[in-house]
Amino acid sequence: MTSSQALVEIHDINFAYGSRPILKGINMTLPKGKVISVMGGSGCGKTTLLRLIGGSLKPTKGAVKVDGQVIHELDQQGLYDIRRKMGMLFQFGALFTDMSVYDNVAFQMREHTDMPEEIIHDLVMMKLHAVGLRATHALMPAELSGGMARRVALARTVALDPMLIMYDEPFAGLDPISLSVVGNLIRRLNDALGATSVIVTHDVQESLKIVDYNYFIDNGVIVAEGTPAEIRASEMPYVRQFVNGEIDGPVPFHYPGGDYKKDLGVPA
Amino acid sequence: MPVARSIRIIGSRTVNAVWRIGYASRFFAMVLFYSGPSFRRFHLTVKEMFSSGVMSLIIILVAGTFVGMVLGLQGYETLKRYGSESALGSLVALSLVRELGPVLAALLFASRAGSAMTAEIGLMKATEQIAAMEMMAVNPIARLVAPRFWAGVISMPLLASLFSAMGVFGGYVVGVVLIGVDEGSFWSQMQDSVDFNHDILNGLIKSLVFGVAVTGIALFEGYDAPPTAEGVSGATTRTVVQSSLAILILDFILTAFMFQGE
Repeated sequence: MTSSQALVEIHDINFAYGSRPILKGINMTLPKGKVISVMGGSGCGKTTLLRLIGGSLKPTKGAVKVDGQVIHELDQQGLYDIRRKMGMLFQFGALFTDMSVYDNVAFQMREHTDMPEEIIHDLVMMKLHAVGLRATHALMPAELSGGMARRVALARTVALDPMLIMYDEPFAGLDPISLSVVGNLIRRLNDALGATSVIVTHDVQESLKIVDYNYFIDNGVIVAEGTPAEIRASEMPYVRQFVNGEIDGPVPFHYPGGDYKKDLGVPA
Repeated sequence: MPVARSIRIIGSRTVNAVWRIGYASRFFAMVLFYSGPSFRRFHLTVKEMFSSGVMSLIIILVAGTFVGMVLGLQGYETLKRYGSESALGSLVALSLVRELGPVLAALLFASRAGSAMTAEIGLMKATEQIAAMEMMAVNPIARLVAPRFWAGVISMPLLASLFSAMGVFGGYVVGVVLIGVDEGSFWSQMQDSVDFNHDILNGLIKSLVFGVAVTGIALFEGYDAPPTAEGVSGATTRTVVQSSLAILILDFILTAFMFQGE
């Protein structure tokens, strides 16, 4: 996907954990205002890609540019400055368990702004109202269901109206209603804030409903990309296997190993 | 071959140990460097003092009372042989203020508050709360670790003082109220023999050093814990073991410096 209005540009990114390569020459462009999904099997490097965009990891080769700045070249202050314009929703919300729902959403406002408590109160209530959980402001995270915790985390993620929102498996472990609610919120919040969103997910059907563009990663490289309509119409074996959830295909059922007969001790 | 393997294992463990000491030192330096918010926003530190200090009060007060009562009993039995029962107040007070107060309070603090700090920070790491904080451009060392560190350092001497005070009270109850040692002798001997600078201040310095050691170990182990159930449980165990050993070793070193040549 190309655009002159790109918020995030990923150029030839390579990353390895020790000697194990994870990403091998990924190129992506995330235009402003769009919702992009990155899909692929478990362990294919999707979350690693988010961490590279957020600056938690440094690439072994290539560069990630966010809003024109090369992330891995920033010092800690520079990184913190750009992170103030980003939001990230973690897989299980990562709410601060020693704080109430209200304090979780107010956290960044108190840390990064000098706003008086009355204004923070109004903003927190507005953010919680946007995710439909205004009435839960006094609850602790342990008192929330998984879907509610994810929505509160979403309210916290957008607390300071970020320009880039990253979602790490936002649909994992949700019931169908919560899943639709979260999916719908991601789209609505992105459009309302004029932000750019990147969703790392396994959930093909839900993400195809809400995103503008999809990337598929396998074995560290982009194997397919396109709009939801193009993905649905794709005849590529990998995409077909992933979209239809087929057991065997380009992604093998068996983890690569030695000869089966040899493992069983059966003579060849 | 077994020799080569042994050398390799020893080498690997040595490298790991040195690396870990270096990492812990860097962590400790970072905690000191990012301590500003702990004092500028002192309510963060006060909140942690409640968790680590106030919540440890019950165990400290009860343990202090019973330790003092045992000292009263044992001290009376020993002093009686030499006809020096009146020195019971001195014995109880000096034992508590110089040694038992700082050491036992620190051991209890390590078990109760130190292990809790490790588990809390370790679980925050395992549930990505620390990663979330970093992604919000908030330094977790400054926001989470440093307030807990200073809360522990401030709480420890206060807890040790309360432990000693309750111990003196326990010794009084057993020695004076139950056994019948003369009350005037008990208090006057204590007043004569306990020196503020030499005994009380040195005891407070000891507890301050123990507070730095216990809280530093607890926070490092939590921050460094692998983000799994086993990782957090292992880190909690290491906190208690390492803190206890550190307290006893530091106590010997400090005692040797403070009370040498008496």
